[in-house]
Amino acid sequence: MKIKTTLKMSILSLGRNPTRTMLTTLGIVIGIGAVITMMEIGNGSKNSIRSTIEKMGANSIMIMPGSMRAPGTPRTETGSAVTLSASDAEAIGRECPSVGAYSPVVRSSGKQLIFGNLTWMPSSMYGVAPAYLEIRNWKIAEGRCFTDREVDSNSRVCVIGTTIVKELFNNSSPIGSELRIGDVSFEVVGVLQSKGANMIGMDEDDIVMTPWTTMQMRLTGLKMGNATNTSSTVSSYPGDRFVVSGVALYPEQDSSMTRDKLFYSRFSQLNQIVFSAVSTDKVDQALQEVSELLRRRHRLGVEKEDDFSIRNSADFMNMLNSTSTLMTNLLLGVALISLIVGGVGIMNIMLVSVTERTHEIGLRMAVGARSRDILLQFLIESTVLCLAGGILGIILGHGASKFIEYVAKWPIESSPSAVIAAVAVSAGVGILFGFYPAWKASKLDPIEALRYE
Amino acid sequence: MNNTTTETTPLIKLENISKSYFLGEFDVPVLKNISLTIEKGEYVALMGASGSGKSTLMNILGCLDRPTSGDYYFEGQELGRASGDARALVRNRKIGFVFQNFNLLPRTTALDNVIMPLAYTADNLSTAECRQRGLKALEEVGILERAKHHPGQLSGGQQQRVAIARALINNPPVIFADEPTGNLDSKTSIEVMEMFNKLNAAGITVILVTHSDEIASFAKRTICMSDGEIVPGLFSHNLKQSEVKK
Repeated sequence: MKIKTTLKMSILSLGRNPTRTMLTTLGIVIGIGAVITMMEIGNGSKNSIRSTIEKMGANSIMIMPGSMRAPGTPRTETGSAVTLSASDAEAIGRECPSVGAYSPVVRSSGKQLIFGNLTWMPSSMYGVAPAYLEIRNWKIAEGRCFTDREVDSNSRVCVIGTTIVKELFNNSSPIGSELRIGDVSFEVVGVLQSKGANMIGMDEDDIVMTPWTTMQMRLTGLKMGNATNTSSTVSSYPGDRFVVSGVALYPEQDSSMTRDKLFYSRFSQLNQIVFSAVSTDKVDQALQEVSELLRRRHRLGVEKEDDFSIRNSADFMNMLNSTSTLMTNLLLGVALISLIVGGVGIMNIMLVSVTERTHEIGLRMAVGARSRDILLQFLIESTVLCLAGGILGIILGHGASKFIEYVAKWPIESSPSAVIAAVAVSAGVGILFGFYPAWKASKLDPIEALRYE
Repeated sequence: MNNTTTETTPLIKLENISKSYFLGEFDVPVLKNISLTIEKGEYVALMGASGSGKSTLMNILGCLDRPTSGDYYFEGQELGRASGDARALVRNRKIGFVFQNFNLLPRTTALDNVIMPLAYTADNLSTAECRQRGLKALEEVGILERAKHHPGQLSGGQQQRVAIARALINNPPVIFADEPTGNLDSKTSIEVMEMFNKLNAAGITVILVTHSDEIASFAKRTICMSDGEIVPGLFSHNLKQSEVKK
């Protein structure tokens, strides 16, 4: 029997009872509509979380020194120990293939900004490398960022956030102005693009960034490394001219120390090292590589704890995502139950339809329909019913989520995979719940069926 | 009937066909050891009172029912124990049915009713070819102008003509008619019977089931049934009684 003929036949017979057909499909329409709406809202919230995290820097990973654990001293918070050095940062960039960009971070606080007769105490003062902006996904709105050369030469240049432009420069362009940080004067070379408040409400635009070398040498009175807890590291590259056959007499020098300049810095401590993985799926691998490298460089035996801690923005994203995924799945479950209820409705009506059309089934058998022709006819009928309901449900669900987007301003993301799944599920429901009535029809005895009134 | 030539297989050959229904604890015999041969091109009336087994016999002949025992050969092919699909194929290609109550699909045009069996025919005809054949069949029974009408818009005689057209759609060698005039007045009955005469003249075997002598008189051969057995004689006594009652 030709599928096309059967299809036409089922549409015709469904069309004979339009009210009943519509009421029957209502269950499927609502079920599929709910699934589509849930999926779109779920996807939307996932996306908005992702974009929030991406604003912070998509796959940025932060390394902080561990806590002070020397015997006889009070145990202090993470970051208090002096374990990370600029050469650690350089080694990460050099030896970890999954790491994209990296930047040392030196933080300062308690310094006043002075411009003209105005002062301002910024909430953050960071000494960084230019790569920092790339890692944090931060753009320059005006002017430029400082260069690697300026980092190497401890230049007194800075980049400032829009809050400072507002507070000190009254929103006029600050490029080229002389800004004093404490008692050191800096040239403003760039303005950062506004980021707004971050997730915990801190103003991210209230920031001054300088080259990390400048911050280290001119602004912060840094803790010096000492024999017990600084990074007395082995050189990772044998050609280092200050190291004799792998024995480190002095703490290794980083590139900023070995450069030809007026005075050598022995300051090595960093507050953070920030780096990014080459791609989002390489984050775990990058974490692994960096952790192994730092343990080796810091000569930590297997039994020793890490003297640094790594924080990954992906963890945070996963946590937020898992919450929204849980909610979406929960609601999806409810929607699926309504689909099953709809399917039972379909089965019910198909059984009624089989009984009603017993005579027709008998006639069709008498003129040569085989059992499987009858089975197919009713199966196609219920599938067509469910598919029509599914398509209507997709339209309705999409409309509902658009409405929610418009009224409640929730983020909505349409999902083609959900549409495909909805079509498949509604066809599946049709076949599943249509099978029993169709099977019952195909097993009718033609004589009995013809006699049935 | 005497079969002199061996190369012509009879259209229908029944050998010791029995049929009994199992009701509760008893086997109720409906057909008892029936043997029967019907040749191609015959015009047969199957007569008998209600309960005589003529309808059961026709259901077995029409491949709608299976005999409890015995062999049923259709064009030399054993069908009593054949698979359901094989029997469905025979019903579709070799047999046309005409029923007392017409059995047309409601809210379906005459043309669609006529071409309905083609949906189960294996050869892949296009929709246009199907319609062509349907229109030709309607023309043969003389109601071409009613092709677009629904059964509800047709008279009884017209409905039966549509049913005959449906039975003819696959050019079957045999047509079974179960009380074809039972729901018709005498004038239209004659018209319908004349149509069967025409079909028989064209070489189609016609097998009528009836309890009316008048209708049976159109046939060239009469088979009388009584209590599940074939009885000799053209008109049996009880038959006449039932006619009188009517």
